[in-house]
This record gives sequence, C-alpha cells and structure tokens, in this order.
Amino acid sequence: MAEIILKNITKEYENGFQAVKNVSLDIKDNEFVILVGPSGCGKSTTLRMIAGLEDISDGDLFIDGERMNDVAPQHRDIAMVFQNYALYPHMSVYQNIAYSLKIKKIPKSEIDQRVHEVAKSLGLEELLDRKPGQLSGGQKQRVAMGRAIIRHPKAFLMDEPLSNLDAKLRGQMRVEIADLYQRLNTTFIYVTHDQTEAMTLGTKIVVMKDGEIQQIDNPTNLFSYPVNKFVAGFIGTPTMNFFEAECAEENGLVVLKTVAGRIVMNDAKAAKLREGGWIGKKVTGGIRPEHVILSQDGENTVFSGKVNVFELLGSNAIIYVETEAGMIVMNTSQVQVYEHGDKIALSVIADKVHVFDPETERTVTN
Amino acid sequence: MSTPKVKRKFKRRYDKLPTVLLFVLPALIPLIVFWIYPICRSVYLSFTNWDFISPTYKIVGLKNYISLFRNPRFFEALGHTVVFTAGTLIPTIVLGLVLALLLVRNFHGSGILKFILFSPWITPTVAISIVWTWIYKTDGGIANTILTALGASPLKWISSSDTAMLSVIIVTVWKSLGYAMIFYLSALERVPGELYEAVALDGASKWRTFFDITLPCISPTTFFLMIITMVNSLQAYDQIQVLTQGGPSGSTRTLLYMYYQLGFQEFNMGQATAVAVVMILLTVGLSVIQFKASEKWVHY
Repeated sequence: MAEIILKNITKEYENGFQAVKNVSLDIKDNEFVILVGPSGCGKSTTLRMIAGLEDISDGDLFIDGERMNDVAPQHRDIAMVFQNYALYPHMSVYQNIAYSLKIKKIPKSEIDQRVHEVAKSLGLEELLDRKPGQLSGGQKQRVAMGRAIIRHPKAFLMDEPLSNLDAKLRGQMRVEIADLYQRLNTTFIYVTHDQTEAMTLGTKIVVMKDGEIQQIDNPTNLFSYPVNKFVAGFIGTPTMNFFEAECAEENGLVVLKTVAGRIVMNDAKAAKLREGGWIGKKVTGGIRPEHVILSQDGENTVFSGKVNVFELLGSNAIIYVETEAGMIVMNTSQVQVYEHGDKIALSVIADKVHVFDPETERTVTN
Repeated sequence: MSTPKVKRKFKRRYDKLPTVLLFVLPALIPLIVFWIYPICRSVYLSFTNWDFISPTYKIVGLKNYISLFRNPRFFEALGHTVVFTAGTLIPTIVLGLVLALLLVRNFHGSGILKFILFSPWITPTVAISIVWTWIYKTDGGIANTILTALGASPLKWISSSDTAMLSVIIVTVWKSLGYAMIFYLSALERVPGELYEAVALDGASKWRTFFDITLPCISPTTFFLMIITMVNSLQAYDQIQVLTQGGPSGSTRTLLYMYYQLGFQEFNMGQATAVAVVMILLTVGLSVIQFKASEKWVHY
C-alpha cells in the first residue's frame, strides 16, 4: 500500500532525446493505474523510473511522502513483473518465489509457509520443483506474479505482463490480475499498449503520447469525454470516425454541416461552440462506430456511401462504408447482411458527437 | 518365427549404410590414420620392449606398467602434473572471468585492450616461452627488475627447483588468460539484462547478484573452459621444453614430459607408451568426473 507521486518528472538520455517530458501524476493508495499509449510514448520508461531501474533526469518521485529519486531499487519496496517474466532460469519455481525472502534472511519455515500460500493462490503447487524452462507462458507469468506477491510490497509494477501470451490466455490472465488486485488491495501500476487491458483493469488510466501525458481519467470518462483527438482515437475499438465539418447556426440551432448532411448539436454542446467562437469555422467531428446508425429517412442522413467491407461478429456487425467524407465505420447490433457495394445512408446519435479544434486537436465540446 | 521380420528390420537399418559411410569417410579417414590407429598402436607398444630404433621387439606383458608403478619418478611426475593442471586451471578461470567482468562494459580503448590480452593465445608457445626465458633471467631479467623495484628479493625463477614450476605455470596462465576472457565476455553479454533488474528489485547486493545470477548463468562457459584448460595443461610440452626441459632436477617434469624423455631420450618406447596410456586414462577419468559433477552446478 503506497501513495506514489510523480512531480514534473523528465527523462532525458545522453543524446538529448526526451523519453518522458514533465510528467506529473498522483497515484493514491490502492489505485490500479494504467499507463497506456503507443510504443515509444514513454510509459515503460516512467514505470522503470518509479522502480528505480532508470535514473530520473529532472523532477521528484515520492513514495509515501519520501523522496525516492536517489534510492536504490531494492530499498523502494516495490515489486515488478517484467514483460519477459525475468525468471531466474537456474532456480526452481519454489526458489524463484522464495528468493527475495531468502535474501532478507527470513527463517526457512516462514519462507516455506509463504511460498506454499502464494503457490496455492496462483495454482502453482504442482509446479514448485520445475525449472522455468519447463513451464508454459501462462505458468511463467504466474510464477513472476508469485515472486512479486510474496514480498507484500508497497506497490506492484507490471510492464506489459500479458504481451507474450496468446489471445485466449491473455483474456484469462487479465481476469486473474483483476482478481489479484481485489484480493491484495494494494497499489498497482500497469503498463500496456492494449487499450482493452487498460479499460478493463484500470481504476485510473493515464494516456501518454510522445513522452507527455494526454489525459488522466477513469475508463468511463476517458471513453466518453476524451480531451483530444489522440485520446479519442486511441481508446475504443474500432477507433472513432473523424470527419471534417463546418460549424454553423441555422434557425437558432447550432449544427455541424458535413458533405452529405447536418448534425444538430444539443444545448450543452451548442453553448460550448458558441462560447468558443466556433460558429462559421471549420472543425473536426468525431463519432464512435457504435454511435453511427442507419438513417431511416433522408432527413437525418449525415453520411451516404457504399459498403466496402462487412464483418459479421455474431451478436454485432462492423460495416466499413466508403463515403464522401472518407471511410466511416459502423458497429451495429441490428445485424442485417450487406454485400460489397450496397448503397447505405448513415446517421449519428447527435449527443455522442465530439468536436475537435482542427489545429490543436483539443476537444471543444467537453 | 520372426526371422524374416528381423531381417527386414536389419535391412532397413543398414541399407543406408553405404550412403552414410560415403559422407562420413572423408572425416573418418584422417581420424583413423592420425588418431585411432596411433592410440591402438601405442596401447600395443606399451606391452612391448621396443627401443624406438630396433626393427624387432618382444612382448613383455605388464612389465612396463609394473616397473612404472615401482618408479618414484613416475609418481613425482604425476604429482607435478596435478600441481601444474590445478595451478593453471584455477587462475586461468578466475582471472579470465575477472578480466571479462572488467571489460564487459565498453569504454574508450577497451577493444584494443581485449586484443592485447587475447594476443598471447594466438602466438606460438615456443616464441612466447623464448621471450619468457629472457624475462626470467636471474641477472637483469624484467621479472627480477620488477621484484627489486618493489622492494622484494629477486627469485631464481626457472633456475631453481623451488620456483621453476611456478614460472612455467605463470607463462601458461598468461597465455590462456585472454582465451578464457573472450569466452567469458560473450557469456556475460548473453545474460539477460532483465535478470539483473529483477534481482535488484528482489533486494540482492552486488555480491549476491554475482553469485546467484551471473555465475550460474555463465556456468556452461566455466565448464567448457575447465575441460579445455585441463586438457591443454595435461598436453603442455612446448613451454616446458623451452623453459626448463623438465628440470631443474625434474621439478617441472610432468607425465607428458616424462613420456618424451622416456621415449625419445632414453629410447624406452615401451615404458613411454605405458605413460601415455596412463595419461589417456587420466584424461578420460577426469573428464568423466567433471561431466558427472557438472550436472550439479552447470545450468543450461
């Protein structure tokens, strides 16, 4: 259990490259924080600075109120699960899990008891005598977590722990990690580039890009109120549709005019657009595929075009439509089979439309 | 009866033999001519009284072996062999690893340093040994100059039976150090960096990290170097020949050198080959012991 505070943290390498730029982050006790972003966004570097595996070039790191910048990793009382597990290849599963306790010179009987407890909770009891080379990916992953759990650390750091597993196992381990978090009730910091992992596991998600924090929020808000076009596009699959539009005022209503139609803004959004002086200006519109609907009558049509690809996923279908405004993706649960080239008219749920500044890419309607 | 079945099985197993032989023969012929046949011939000769020159000789049974085991010179040489092997093996491995640990991180000039340290290995032992005879010169040799400069009393080096073995060991270790270092360098580079990070987070000190992670991870290389250095030490001849010729008063006479003296100086080839057979058995025995022991401490 720990409170971890990052204050204006920067990582600059010798060649002048800044991997992390001025990152500030408040991690409360028992939070499950996810650092998410595309590769090279600085999320792993941030995690490694918290662990003490990378020096902090500038800024302060506090763990439970104590400045940790110059404290060696072993004195930070933090456990980490590595992407490639980093199990000691010459030690058995038992020895791997017991190692940190052995170093602390904890009595053998207590080590034995704790190893068996941890092994039981992770389903590793049968494997205690095996060497890492004899384990499957999922089992190695569990051993790596066991090695972290046994220490009762202040915080768990996980660096893309599931990225080496196949899709099915990844889903399974994700549930196990969520369960582990519930049971251990301690601080988790988890790095991933997979937004599904981020959305399902995190209580707080930090979206990063090019070494900078884009947004810190809970999963619901991140999905519904992205602060900029990058976050809007990064969170959610399939990704949000973006289109060019002109903001205009017609009969007292604020509308977004697209190539094929118009979207009437609700009062809240209209007020923001008026306040920001966007009337008469070009904006970038955004709509998630699940908020794209079929246009019932010509009046509501926002986009019209031809079906390019139709993917039936069972309970829902994803339709890629080639429109005048570019490719628009629709995710619908009203499964109706389309052929390539079928003509289709699309509308949107107006309340769910996001509007971005085309230059700064910041959301203007939040 | 199952005879036809067995025959068929036999046929299936051996019908590819001509093809296999065709591919193996080019390698097998030199092996037979220069290795397997001489070994067999040596074993045979060890039961004779051949004097290396006469065209005729008699089979004398175990006489050569019996007189060998009654000869104190043999046990003295066996003792020297053990001292020489252990004396070269341990420092070569330990110092080779120390050098590799110092040079594993690249710094300005580390490449040249590695090359300099490795160069004795690729220089002929005879040439090296001649240079070392100058270094070991009692009057004005570099070794004694350094000792005197450090305030120590000069040594007689290869001219005294007290220090001759040490002198030969120093030359041999110096020669093979770079070789061990090169192997350790590549082994150290192959240890995954994540292991060091994991062990740091687990709270291990530098020493513990070295003993718990580094050493086990490079253990296959240590094992390989132990076997190679051991075999090299058992076969050491050039440096002994140039530096001391087995002396003074037999203090650097190893089994191999004793073989040489018996066979080519005393023309007692029967007993010389008996020594050779003992050496083969010794090499095989030590290798078997090392391989058996390696199951306990080598982690692949």
